[in-house]
Amino acid sequence: MLKSARFSWGTIGSRWLPSRFGNGGGDFVLSDEGINSKRRNFLIGATSVVGSAGVVGVAIPFVGSWNPSARALAAGAPIKVDISKLGPGDIVGPIPAWRDKPIFVVKRTDAMLAALNDKKSRLADPDSLEEQQPTYARNDSRSLRPDVLVLVGICTHLGCSPKFKPEVIPQDFDSEWMGGFYCPCHGSKFDMAGRVYSGVPAPSNMEVPPYYYEGDYVLVIGVDKGAV
Amino acid sequence: MASMEQQLKGIMRWVDDRLPVTETYEKHMSKYYAPKNFNIWYIFGVLSFVVLVNQLLTGIWLTMNYVPTGEGAFKSIEYIMRDVEYGWLLRYMHSTGASAFFVVVYLHMFRGLMYGSYKKPRELIWVFGMLIYLALMAEGFFGYLLPWGNMSYWGAQVIVSLASAIPVVGDSLAVWVRGDFNMSGITLNRFFALHVVAVPIVLLVLVVLHILALHEVGSNNPDGVDIKKHLDEDGKPLDGIPFHPFYTIGHDVPAIVMFLIVFSAVMFFFPDGGGYLLEHPNYEPADSLKTPDLIAPVWYYTPYYSMLRAATFPLFGMPAKFWGLVVMAGAIAILFVLPWLDKSPVKSMRYKGLPSKLFLGVFVICFFILGYLGTVHPTPGRTIVAQICTAIYFAYFVLMPWYTSVEKTKPVPERVTM
Repeated sequence: MLKSARFSWGTIGSRWLPSRFGNGGGDFVLSDEGINSKRRNFLIGATSVVGSAGVVGVAIPFVGSWNPSARALAAGAPIKVDISKLGPGDIVGPIPAWRDKPIFVVKRTDAMLAALNDKKSRLADPDSLEEQQPTYARNDSRSLRPDVLVLVGICTHLGCSPKFKPEVIPQDFDSEWMGGFYCPCHGSKFDMAGRVYSGVPAPSNMEVPPYYYEGDYVLVIGVDKGAV
Repeated sequence: MASMEQQLKGIMRWVDDRLPVTETYEKHMSKYYAPKNFNIWYIFGVLSFVVLVNQLLTGIWLTMNYVPTGEGAFKSIEYIMRDVEYGWLLRYMHSTGASAFFVVVYLHMFRGLMYGSYKKPRELIWVFGMLIYLALMAEGFFGYLLPWGNMSYWGAQVIVSLASAIPVVGDSLAVWVRGDFNMSGITLNRFFALHVVAVPIVLLVLVVLHILALHEVGSNNPDGVDIKKHLDEDGKPLDGIPFHPFYTIGHDVPAIVMFLIVFSAVMFFFPDGGGYLLEHPNYEPADSLKTPDLIAPVWYYTPYYSMLRAATFPLFGMPAKFWGLVVMAGAIAILFVLPWLDKSPVKSMRYKGLPSKLFLGVFVICFFILGYLGTVHPTPGRTIVAQICTAIYFAYFVLMPWYTSVEKTKPVPERVTM
């Protein structure tokens, strides 16, 4: 019969692990006598390690289920854009294209192209050193064909959609505006090749998606085929 | 009749032998001694509880008609507003309640700053309170996406993209949070789960811990004196009165009635609060291709949003965007260590010196200015003001160990003053 329970809190371990049950007379006694603390520490350690491994294992499906699903991945399939009707200075977009991100396709005029390298000193990364484009678009015009610019129409600051402002006229936000993209959210500025100005919140140039041409007028966006 | 009373007592004794109902009631209500010198600043804790109940009830009712999908969300809000009986009222109670929650919580926090309620032995109460504040911000953020209006969409897009400012893992982290390469119905669906299940559970647990920690050490008061120092012959504080019925009936019920009058006035006559409680671009459905001209979060986040935007220059080889995130996270993180920054020998602002009073005053003004700046377009001039205010915000905390220890304090009375 259980009459009394005496506890002794000698070590932290003994709080949780009774070292001996029963010492005659039917009493339930915890004591620190004769503890093999080496064995105890080993058991605590081994149990903790196995338990932690279990926790990590169980966490995997919970964390993994937040990744894009197969359907979301499939929705990121490439699309085709017909640029035959695009006149100089025109923009198509934003069009939902690659991975549901808005895409800009701009056909630049000769004047726009000539002006690209006029004021490089105002740009943060004029030579596109940062990996914001496929290697075949790492050139002065940031494009496969110099006149056709393809960009992901998302500001690299916080993901807003920049406005297309091609006119070379003084603007509220810039008295020496050279034409390009202006983000209305936090005032980031990009030039006609999507290169970011220095001194604005956006840290890097606008992203150029992977793309290639199928014939003369069909642009395939979202797939990389190298500089074809 | 006497026998019936006997019977009731018997039932109560039967329950008490199995669950400490009477003991708990006495400990937290009828024998919880609160200082008798509480003033109006001491109603905001109770009011936040009232708003919490409002949010839970109306929230549960709203889920009965809300559809958490990219296609259905916006339409289901229109359906709630137009076709569901009293749907408009339940939604306005919930949306007005969200703002009211932050109003009372900000006032509750200011009370703590003013009377030193975070100081020893109430550090844990403050820390739990800050966790509640954090959970509340998460709850508001997830909830704000649910109407799937254009401001919902872009506001969430901006905040989730903050993750991408973290070096190396940032971009994959943002994709993981969204469950997609861009904000989509998938994101909406998981934010719904977090808003209606996960965060409310955390919030309720934290509220219980906040109150248990408070009742363990007892409430502070406007004088910041310890009422347990002077006890009567029964061991009750001379300057304390039982929470129930004195504060519940005499103090809280009138305050709740006053609060509900103001709440109803806003809810019935200005439910969108001039575009501050419900933003106008949110009356258009989410459009991933059309950014609103001005993205501004709801008013209760705007001070931190201003701080985020105030970081405009790269430093130590890290981009400005990264520092914006650091400043914003730091502004919230620093609140947690406040109890250990205040070195003053006194608790209440009544007995602190002039530097403490000035710093608190300027701090509050800066918080308001930052809050305003977060609702408007940034211009070079405004950015400089935001940078100055951000500096003052941090100075209030960082310099606190210095100005609270060097200033001359006034003598604190032995007993509370009325």
